[in-house]
Amino acid sequence: MKAGRFWSWVVFALGAAYFFIPLIATVEFSMRMRRGVYSFDAYKVVLGDARFQATFGYSVLAAIFTIILGVLIVVPAAYWIRLRLPQLRPVVEFITLLPLVIPAIVIVFGYIRMYGSNSPLPFLATDTGTNALLVIGYATLALPYMYRAVDTGLRTIDVRTLTEAAQILGAGWGTIITRVILPNVLIAVLSGAFLTFAIVIGEFTMASLLNRPAFGPYLQNIGANRAYEPAALAIIAFAITWGCMSLIQILSRFAPKSANRPN
Amino acid sequence: MTDLSLSNQAIAGKTVPPGEARALRLPTQWLGVAPFFIFAIMFLILPTLYLMLGAFQNDAGEFTFENIAALAQPSIVAAYWISIKVSLASSLIGAFAGLAIAIAIVRGGLPDWIRSATLTFSGVASNFAGVPLAFAFLATLGRLGLATVLLNTLFGLNIYAHGFNILSFWGLTLTYVYFQIPLMVVIIVPAIDGLKKEWGEAAATLGATMAQYWRMVVIPVIWPSFLGTVILLFANAFGAIATAYALTGSSLNIVPILLYAQIRGDVLHNAHLGYAIAFGMIVITGLANVFYIWFRTRSERWLK
Repeated sequence: MKAGRFWSWVVFALGAAYFFIPLIATVEFSMRMRRGVYSFDAYKVVLGDARFQATFGYSVLAAIFTIILGVLIVVPAAYWIRLRLPQLRPVVEFITLLPLVIPAIVIVFGYIRMYGSNSPLPFLATDTGTNALLVIGYATLALPYMYRAVDTGLRTIDVRTLTEAAQILGAGWGTIITRVILPNVLIAVLSGAFLTFAIVIGEFTMASLLNRPAFGPYLQNIGANRAYEPAALAIIAFAITWGCMSLIQILSRFAPKSANRPN
Repeated sequence: MTDLSLSNQAIAGKTVPPGEARALRLPTQWLGVAPFFIFAIMFLILPTLYLMLGAFQNDAGEFTFENIAALAQPSIVAAYWISIKVSLASSLIGAFAGLAIAIAIVRGGLPDWIRSATLTFSGVASNFAGVPLAFAFLATLGRLGLATVLLNTLFGLNIYAHGFNILSFWGLTLTYVYFQIPLMVVIIVPAIDGLKKEWGEAAATLGATMAQYWRMVVIPVIWPSFLGTVILLFANAFGAIATAYALTGSSLNIVPILLYAQIRGDVLHNAHLGYAIAFGMIVITGLANVFYIWFRTRSERWLK
């Protein structure tokens, strides 16, 4: 067992080196903007850039709409499948895994060809329509994560008993979903939401091909034209991802004892 | 109006025989899942089918294999080949390294805080992909990156003189591994946790050595999740474009970048060839999944 522990430390140390060196290097690089001394100039330049603020704001908004759309689609479906249509579970699980199989670039290519200005459903004819299509595309990207999060949340509660108890007490479907089921899976839903946020905020492919002024294409543009700012942006993006994941962890501590505690 | 029609329906429902009444109730059964299915069909399945059908049509809309045949031109074959190589290399390296780390933190007798810190970090790093990841690796292993410079000044090792380039196959693979390993860790740790202590004790009672325990208990149990994750990692790398695009521009000709250029500007001068490229991508990731399902059903037989 002693030897086992030694090798565990070796593996861990190698992994830590691989993961921390790029982060340290990026921090170091981002502070090299002023010649000879370390400074936060690159961050100042980036954060003061009007395009940074505009594109970041756009992507935050897109992420929020994506989360709302995702919850509206996933929560009723996952609940209903647990309660009434368990025979559909394999079908739905298969569909939610499709976005991991079909690359995002293929999905958005399909949108561009199917929902163009001359199509019966011309999403791409207007700005609002294109924005909606971007949110829809993001919702498909987030579908696997959102579904799994919600389904895991539902697994830890007894959906059938809770529903029957609520029905006996005279609750309608609206009350059951919003006041019984949702509070019990709220932590799971929020976990899915923050994960969605982390995925969507810097997404490049869909935003770029739909010509949206989002954060991802802005990042790419800065990367192609500047030296030190990209490193600063990478650190900012890492901090955002870290923030989302930390929020998920913190939330899980507040989860009701019955939910989300497999142990 | 609605009230009236609803009550009418209720009355109508009462008068029909029980069998038909159940048929009438069917739509409400489906109501909960309807938004999901409408969404999935409209924005996931139909657009994909549209491209797949388009791959077999010419400009006049007639059925043809020409587009698929046109995929055989050297530049496109080369793009597919390098994409497959990068995806395979990064998913295999990521999978084995991720498995090693997962076993180390779960079963390796390391302090508890290492396990939770690693899992938290993995959650972050597995989602730290796309353009920022490319920036991070340019700052590390680019020509002026910290690691490049340090290796040169401390050890006199000029990796660029030895043929390394961040804008190359190995550069891209090394970068992809940064999100592949943590993804493996995140997915495989629960599977390793699922190994019951009793199994180890039972194996020990029956006189199994550590190696036998691993070979006959642990590996068969983890195998399906492991294989599934490898395929997930493969698809993950195969469809990724943002990292590669930000890292290499268009100097590394992988399939997603080729398709991206085709969508933006019809660089191949044949719209339907774009469909065929998309079709090829779906076939490859789809085939990977068929293998996964086949392996899983084979191994699940042993788990029962």
